[in-house]
Amino acid sequence: MSIPFGGYASPEQIMRDRAEYARKGIARGRSVVVMQYADGILFVAPNPSKALHKISEIYDRIGFAAVGRYNEFESLRLAGIRYADINGYTFNRNDVTGRGLANLYAQHLGMIFTESIKSFEVEIVVAEVGDGPEDDQIYRITFDGSVFDEQGMAVIGGQAEAVGGRLKERYSEGLPLPQALDAALAALTEPGGERPPATQLEVAVLDRGREHRKFLRLAGPRLEKLLEASREGQEAAAQPAAEPATSEEAQGGQAPGATPPIAPEGEIDTGSGE
Amino acid sequence: MASQPAWMNSLFTYTGSTSFSEFLGAHAPSLLPARNESLAAPVGDEIPHATTIVAATCAGGVVMAGDRRATSGNIISQRDIEKVFRTDDYSCMGIAGTASTGLELARLYRVELEHYEKTEGRSLSTEGKAHRLATMIRGNLPMAMQGLVVVPLFAAYDPARDQGRIFSYDVGGGPYEQTEFHSIGSGSIFARGSLKKLYRENASPQDTALTCLHALYDAADDDSATGGPDVMRKIWPVVAVITADGYRRLPDEEVAEFVESMLERRMTAPEGPTAPLR
Repeated sequence: MSIPFGGYASPEQIMRDRAEYARKGIARGRSVVVMQYADGILFVAPNPSKALHKISEIYDRIGFAAVGRYNEFESLRLAGIRYADINGYTFNRNDVTGRGLANLYAQHLGMIFTESIKSFEVEIVVAEVGDGPEDDQIYRITFDGSVFDEQGMAVIGGQAEAVGGRLKERYSEGLPLPQALDAALAALTEPGGERPPATQLEVAVLDRGREHRKFLRLAGPRLEKLLEASREGQEAAAQPAAEPATSEEAQGGQAPGATPPIAPEGEIDTGSGE
Repeated sequence: MASQPAWMNSLFTYTGSTSFSEFLGAHAPSLLPARNESLAAPVGDEIPHATTIVAATCAGGVVMAGDRRATSGNIISQRDIEKVFRTDDYSCMGIAGTASTGLELARLYRVELEHYEKTEGRSLSTEGKAHRLATMIRGNLPMAMQGLVVVPLFAAYDPARDQGRIFSYDVGGGPYEQTEFHSIGSGSIFARGSLKKLYRENASPQDTALTCLHALYDAADDDSATGGPDVMRKIWPVVAVITADGYRRLPDEEVAEFVESMLERRMTAPEGPTAPLR
């Protein structure tokens, strides 16, 4: 690495600068929401491109969502697919786990963060759908390789704090798909703003009810229908839904006990002692 | 770090094609079913062999069925082996020949199709799938020359044409597209003769499934390596139907009904249904 003008930069300073640089890049894009719903895990990303995906299938039960620099998270996505396929082929299909994949990403991102001049400007989510809601896992991995085991939902990129706050207000355990999509869209839309149309959305689910591969991309007429259902639900149940949502959310948040869940708007562990 | 497999280093840096088996070939060749090793003596006879597979197109799709027997020489090595595999939502393959290599090949081929689909964000075309399988079979040619022959039969629903398609192979690869129906394996001669007489164009998937079951029965009737339906142990042939709705393996109860109606008919006419002469 080239030595800055002053001749010396402390390691703390270097790490801080790198983290700052990465965080700026990540905040520039739009947010992506990953959340549990009644039958699995929902991914929602505002994305006008039909070809450059932010959400992808990794393996039978594992999905991937990313924000930041496309070429960087695309290489992570491909590596994840290779990792999953080679492990599933070597051993057995159910020996591929989201935890293993999250660790692989954490290791790689952590190495790049400490060893490269420029860290990756990405934040990713690895989600695995289980046989029941209690087995679902959502891991958020930041540019420096920190892994967060999220409870129920995760927001990455853009104005993640604000979006996470709005999502928390509407989120509750076991929401049906239209309501969950409604909550995600409400969170992704700034107050008073207009919701993105179906053509500007990338939506996918890991549906535990599906056979073989759980990942399903929702697009076209299917997504239109779902958006319509979520709009109707929103109008019909706007009043009664508000209260149980908040109370359930509070219970859900406390239930795990010992270690409180890390909220999506929580401080990012930058490793620089900020 | 020293103990990790070599392919771990290639996960993030590999920029080759989207083929999973090529990735394996470059970074973990020992995992491939095809190996360039020579055997001291041919072992073909001692290794279990999978036998007859039949496939026939039907209205809006294709049906594939396989018997459940594996043999080693004159020994029945397994009564309930499964030789028809779902490879993706719209395709399946059946294997005949060396069972172990065939099973591994089917497993690899499934990952191959999925790997392309996930990395590229679209499915391979039906021809693309058929060609890919041909290359993988050709890779096994050295082993085939030593007696470990494996030959697949590939059937797929082609969304672009809205119809079922069947591709056959030989030990050197292929593919050879077949119209209407095809069969492979030791009982294939008898099964094909049966299909020739019983096949009806644009029959429903159910009728075509019954036709395939009759063909398997005829194969089992004349070929000792093909197993008939095992009524005592309730082991029924595997029947897969692929249409626009995707791959569906018929549940055992459904196949049992078909088999029972077939057996009932054969009680009075052991040679099975006859085709009209005029």
